[in-house]
Amino acid sequence: MRSRNTRRWAAAAAALTGAGLALAGCASSDSGGGGSASGTWPGEGKSECKGLEQLADFGDLTGKTVSVYTSILPPEQQAQEDSYKLFTTCTGAEVKYEGSDQFETQLVVRVKAGNAPDIAYIPQPGLLKTVVSSGSAVEAPSQVSDNVDKWFGEDWRNYGTVDGKLYAAPLGASVKSFVWFSPKMFADNGWTVPETWDDMLSLTDDIAAKGIKPWCAGFESGDATGWPGTDWLEDAVLRSAGPDVYDQWVNHDIPFNDSAIETSLDDVGKILKDDKYVNGGFGDVNSIATTAFQDGGLPILKGDCAMYRMASFYAAQWPEGTDVSQGGDVFAFYLPTMSDEFGKPVLGGGEFVTAFSDRQEVQAFQTYLSTDVWANEKAKATPGGGWVSANKGLDINNLKSPIDKLSAETLQDPNAVFRFDGSDQMPSAVGAGSFWKEMTAWITGESTDQALTNVENSWPAS
Amino acid sequence: MTGVVTDAQIVDAESTPPQRSASEAAKDALSSRTASIVALVIAVIWTIPTFGLLVSSFRPEEDVKTSGWWTIFTNPSFTLQNYKDVLSGGSSQESLYNNLINSIVITIPAVLIPISLATLAAYAFAWMDFKGKYVLFIAVFALQIVPIQVTLVPLLKLYVDPPFNLMPLAGRDAPAGGLYELWISHTIFALPLAIFLLHNFMREIPGELIESARVDGAGHVQIFTRIMLPLMMPAIAAFGIFQFLWVWNDLLVALVFSSPEVSPMTVKLVSLVGERGQDWQLLASGAFVSLIIPLIVFLSLQRYFVRGLLAGSVKG
Repeated sequence: MRSRNTRRWAAAAAALTGAGLALAGCASSDSGGGGSASGTWPGEGKSECKGLEQLADFGDLTGKTVSVYTSILPPEQQAQEDSYKLFTTCTGAEVKYEGSDQFETQLVVRVKAGNAPDIAYIPQPGLLKTVVSSGSAVEAPSQVSDNVDKWFGEDWRNYGTVDGKLYAAPLGASVKSFVWFSPKMFADNGWTVPETWDDMLSLTDDIAAKGIKPWCAGFESGDATGWPGTDWLEDAVLRSAGPDVYDQWVNHDIPFNDSAIETSLDDVGKILKDDKYVNGGFGDVNSIATTAFQDGGLPILKGDCAMYRMASFYAAQWPEGTDVSQGGDVFAFYLPTMSDEFGKPVLGGGEFVTAFSDRQEVQAFQTYLSTDVWANEKAKATPGGGWVSANKGLDINNLKSPIDKLSAETLQDPNAVFRFDGSDQMPSAVGAGSFWKEMTAWITGESTDQALTNVENSWPAS
Repeated sequence: MTGVVTDAQIVDAESTPPQRSASEAAKDALSSRTASIVALVIAVIWTIPTFGLLVSSFRPEEDVKTSGWWTIFTNPSFTLQNYKDVLSGGSSQESLYNNLINSIVITIPAVLIPISLATLAAYAFAWMDFKGKYVLFIAVFALQIVPIQVTLVPLLKLYVDPPFNLMPLAGRDAPAGGLYELWISHTIFALPLAIFLLHNFMREIPGELIESARVDGAGHVQIFTRIMLPLMMPAIAAFGIFQFLWVWNDLLVALVFSSPEVSPMTVKLVSLVGERGQDWQLLASGAFVSLIIPLIVFLSLQRYFVRGLLAGSVKG
């Protein structure tokens, strides 16, 4: 019996080993890695590749592919892919695009498992830090660094930098410091776009005196409910306390419930927590928490409310056929400043091109995306609008929609002081957790002091 | 419940001839008028959300976004636009067709592989004697408790960088775009429950049957193919539907392991909503589109479902 069993085991082991060897034979030996450029770049002498001479450094990349993983979904995906055609023409390399609405979680899973894409467009500096600290991200090549110095502001470079090294160049941008309104409604009533915060408050009173609720708002956004509130607060902090305090606050150098922040949240509360001012078309203050941010501005079209503070990307939410332009059905104005002291603070967001491989074609693609040529190419490839970049080489005339032009002008304004959305930079326990929750609690009745203290207490210790 | 049946049986004994069976008695006791009304009310309440979803799927975008589906009764307006958009892939302009094929290609092996492995394993656990059988069975049983979420990263790590210099199944050069990963993962996640269910069912088959087959000279293989498989068909079919629905509706495993070339319907439907949820009116019609095939499978195999599930889990 014993000997029979032993024989069986031996046979099984032999079979397994055999299968293992057979499979091992199939294992590919392609290890990727840096390597040096070979051949001349296919863009040599082609007129459309003018301005992309940097790509010549990477040689002939015909037949190579670069995989891109992003949170950018259709219809914007199509415009992105169209803008890569020039890259394929000039280098020969193809781009394999993959978008996912679960990008933030799935990227971390893939990076942890060693299955990272070649390039990911990371929409949060906080996530970039996490990914870099895992050790798998690759520093940007010198060409990208040069381009970032040339085409982007210092503030943008900082957001793509971790521990003094530039990892990621900015890709697209969005401006959050906008207030949506109806130019027609304003013209009919003789209202003008406010230039200062105080003007805005007196305009609010004027509108309320007419019996129209001046503001509408919506904080509901599925499991991210509350984020529009964090944007309100961040914009107010930038305007009342200034960008330096804002940075300290975001980096937790001052407590979350600092008195400056409390003042700012009270400024927001003067507008959002007054039943006379909100919530046009939906109900009282409490309805803000349950109104989806996608629907929050729609009452403007019916004249039920006059103003809606929401980012430039809200342009996509208007029903088809809405005229989004100066003098049209809806447009946006820059959320005015409280004083001239801090320039024109602009709250916004954007994506950062992070690489996980240093293969030639990956670096070439990074370089391509950081050029002014790509920014203009992308603008031309986006016929419906809805995209801007902070790239100073972007010709505003290439942008199709009026709101994109306004966004680009706002970003390129010499007085503009850009600050990235704070909740995207804070540790995720706060920025994607307690901050959202407490803003929702605050709008439904919690006191300013209590809300800010709760967030402060939830800040991770280290 | 027992009380009711017993009462009914007492009534039986007094008034009716004894040939009435217990099941008839139970039927009488359970089909009272009140019970029917209660069941009906529950069924209606249960169905209202689904009905609302169906109505929503036919409403124009503007209506969906500004008012609830119940306003359809006072202000009826219907459109097929949502279905057109979903089938043509919404704003991405890529039709759902490829993803439908992917879903089928993913699902069929992901159902067949665990079933074939599980029936073999269940037979071994039920009717073969070997050392450590019970320890092993308890281990398999216990694996059901492990939530699949905790296995995702380690599993992906194994696929990317397998031990013993085996072929990597994930990563840049994944064979078949990562289909193997999906099949193997679904198989891994399904096996504990499959083995447990089928084992319980097999234990119920009378031992005399197997003994007499042995006396007639049948080996394990013959017993398995000639006796067990035909007897187990309902249970296998029941588990098949179970696994089919699970794999078809799965989003998590697909998100983690699939690449764009092999992404199933669920992944595509989620992305139809758009980056900032601007097209969420497509969700309702998307839900009904993805429901068609599971519905066909379920309805055609339904009779096995009830019979097989009861047979596997309830003893005696």
